[in-house]
Amino acid sequence: MITELGHFALILAFVVAIVQTTVPLIGAWRRNPAWMAVAEPAATTQFFLIAFSFGALMWAFITSDFSLRLVVLNSHSAKPMLYKISGTWGNHEGSMLLWVLIVALFGATAAWFGNNLPPSLRARVLAVQGAIGLAFLAFILFTSNPFLRLAVPPFDGQDLNPLLQDPGLAFHPPFLYLGYVGLSMAFSFAVAALIEGRVDAAWGRWVRPWTLAAWVFLTIGIALGSWWAYYELGWGGFWFWDPVENASFMPWLLAAALLHSAIVVEKRESLKSWTILLAILAFGFSLIGTFIVRSGLLTSVHAFANDPERGVFILMIMGFFMGGALVLFAFRAGAMEARGVFGMVSRESALVANNLLLAVSCFVVFVGTMWPLVAEMFFDRKLSVGPPFFNMAFTPFMVLLGLIMPVGAMLPWKRASLTKAMRPLRYAFVLAIAIAGLAWAMQSGRSLIGPMGAFLGAWLVMGAAIDLASRTGQKFNAARLFRLPRADWGKSVAHAGLGVTMLGVAGLTSWQSEDIRVAQIGEGYEVGGYTITLDGVEEFEGPNFLSTMALITLSKDGQEIAQMRPEKRIYPVAQMPTTEAAIDYNLARDVYVVIGDAQANGGWAVRTYIKPLTNWIWIGCALMALGGFLSLSDRRFRVAVGARKAQPKPVPAE
Amino acid sequence: MIRLAVCLWLAMASFALALDPSEMLDDPVLEAQARELDHAMRCVVCQSESVASSNAQWAVDTRRVIREQVAAGQTNDQIMDFFVERYGEFVLMAPRTSGSNWLLWAAGPLMFLLAAGVGIGYVRGRSRAVQPATSTLNAEEAKRLREILKE
Repeated sequence: MITELGHFALILAFVVAIVQTTVPLIGAWRRNPAWMAVAEPAATTQFFLIAFSFGALMWAFITSDFSLRLVVLNSHSAKPMLYKISGTWGNHEGSMLLWVLIVALFGATAAWFGNNLPPSLRARVLAVQGAIGLAFLAFILFTSNPFLRLAVPPFDGQDLNPLLQDPGLAFHPPFLYLGYVGLSMAFSFAVAALIEGRVDAAWGRWVRPWTLAAWVFLTIGIALGSWWAYYELGWGGFWFWDPVENASFMPWLLAAALLHSAIVVEKRESLKSWTILLAILAFGFSLIGTFIVRSGLLTSVHAFANDPERGVFILMIMGFFMGGALVLFAFRAGAMEARGVFGMVSRESALVANNLLLAVSCFVVFVGTMWPLVAEMFFDRKLSVGPPFFNMAFTPFMVLLGLIMPVGAMLPWKRASLTKAMRPLRYAFVLAIAIAGLAWAMQSGRSLIGPMGAFLGAWLVMGAAIDLASRTGQKFNAARLFRLPRADWGKSVAHAGLGVTMLGVAGLTSWQSEDIRVAQIGEGYEVGGYTITLDGVEEFEGPNFLSTMALITLSKDGQEIAQMRPEKRIYPVAQMPTTEAAIDYNLARDVYVVIGDAQANGGWAVRTYIKPLTNWIWIGCALMALGGFLSLSDRRFRVAVGARKAQPKPVPAE
Repeated sequence: MIRLAVCLWLAMASFALALDPSEMLDDPVLEAQARELDHAMRCVVCQSESVASSNAQWAVDTRRVIREQVAAGQTNDQIMDFFVERYGEFVLMAPRTSGSNWLLWAAGPLMFLLAAGVGIGYVRGRSRAVQPATSTLNAEEAKRLREILKE
């Protein structure tokens, strides 16, 4: 019964979305306030209908209703409750439902908190948002309906992929979707502004909170996914440049660029058409990501529900929204006249450089991801593009970005002097060089990446600190530090976070060591200064798996540091083995131990990795997300929009 | 994120975890060379993993062949050519720079130069532009603005 109600609610939401798309748009065109006002109740209704529908599906998962096809395919009665719930979105149909739920949620928040938007812009934004929801509701209802019943329900389900039964991964998709779909809001604002034919400082301010929120969620989602890969996959990789990872990374890069260019629109009324284009492209890349995951076009391990019919449908959605928006852009971009005037060296030009580097690095990722397809279609070469390409082609742009960031962040608006801006940073630069030199001297190999990461990490963190300190006035004033706007804190924390992540990535890639051997029970051996002793191996039965667990003692200089319990598990229902690495976490390094097979001549295969600085990768991501939240909570996003900008200007005589 | 799923599933029977100690060469220098090759080659069965981390039987065999050839004194290039001959360029993690692939490798730098040109042009244009004098607020907006300022 609840299932049918959920299905019905979804169909109703579809109908409401048709209303939300058409009526306010016509209203805004004919200047009819009553028609425009339809947008808000429609957005709210649509959200609650889809939320109900999603709740109904989740209820079916929680109660293990095996008359539902989707539940049979993705759940099992013996599964822990958390994974029954996360099973709701751990599959194609459910995740699409989550996707439209978030589209509707963002639309509804624009309806609820958008009181300070001009009515026509608000109506148009909600209409475009409604159109996106409409397209995906149609996709769900016509090609991937989650509410299909089975005539003969089986006794039990086929279980969720055990690799997905993990707390880190339970929340990875919702965060990613919040990010992907959050960019739909920036898209809606961009298209609405193009229809309106007007982009001004206020627009830049409105679009920023949503972009910022989307970027923060994307950051968290990507970090969760990479953290999961690190501890779950059994060899401690954190990023594989897999097409689907790239699909989430490209919108992240563009959202970061958009975030910064919107500042220029807000403060200086320049870069308008570029910002609009970025907003369109950022959401476009989100759609490309959805398309890649669900069409099976590119070989990826993430691929789920590969189905050409669905792929074509998503391609049509993408073609419609991207094509439509870009055509609109081509016609209207000329009307976006820039107003701000600034010098070659200024905050504005630094932000242009930021956008340039982020956009080009996104382009590199895009080309690398698509190249196998291009090469096969046009050059008849079947090849693959793997991590070595991306590491080589992508990294230089990030290094450049890191180099200019602290300087750019401190340049004043309009007209600046490079020497003046660099003066407070000179100690940071010298210290960062010294730290890099120290790293160079301490490392055994001749890798340049490690010292470079150390330099960038130190440079960005200290640069961010100096930037923040300089905001308190000519002389540093600690008391004033905590009275600074939250946006200032957000900026510095996020910039420092990027540096911390760079340090972690460089440390892990250049200084990790690996040991693979047969360990005899009771005999210790040495890896990178640590002694690993295999004390024994046990077998036990978990709630829905069988486990072989090794008891390992990790010690250094005769002192015990930790007891480690790596496992390999078999999930009988899903017929799948997984590895559960044991990790001794530490800020300086992780010791990562994996148990392999029993050997013919006694003993067990044991793999040990020493991974320096690894945790800083995710600490940095957490800092970036925290910085985003701090900015988001800044007062100026809550007070009436436009107030601040108006102050220096006289009321116009018209 | 269903990484490895295919490979793990294929490896059900043996449940080996990537490189097994029994596969390794005794000489650490040769083994290091072999591992470098493991990482440079893609598993053609699961397609998204290197030979080093894959569990598919094909990867196990490939690791064995790599070690045989390394032990026989072949260079990295010779061994890679050996596999490219049999499985095509797809087995290489890093695409070669030959032929049309130069476009792939040059795409980033070329785009950077282009974008830098456009960016510098834009900034220069802005630095020479004249600030428009009037504000573009209309009467209704000006009223809203006054209300906001009053708050």
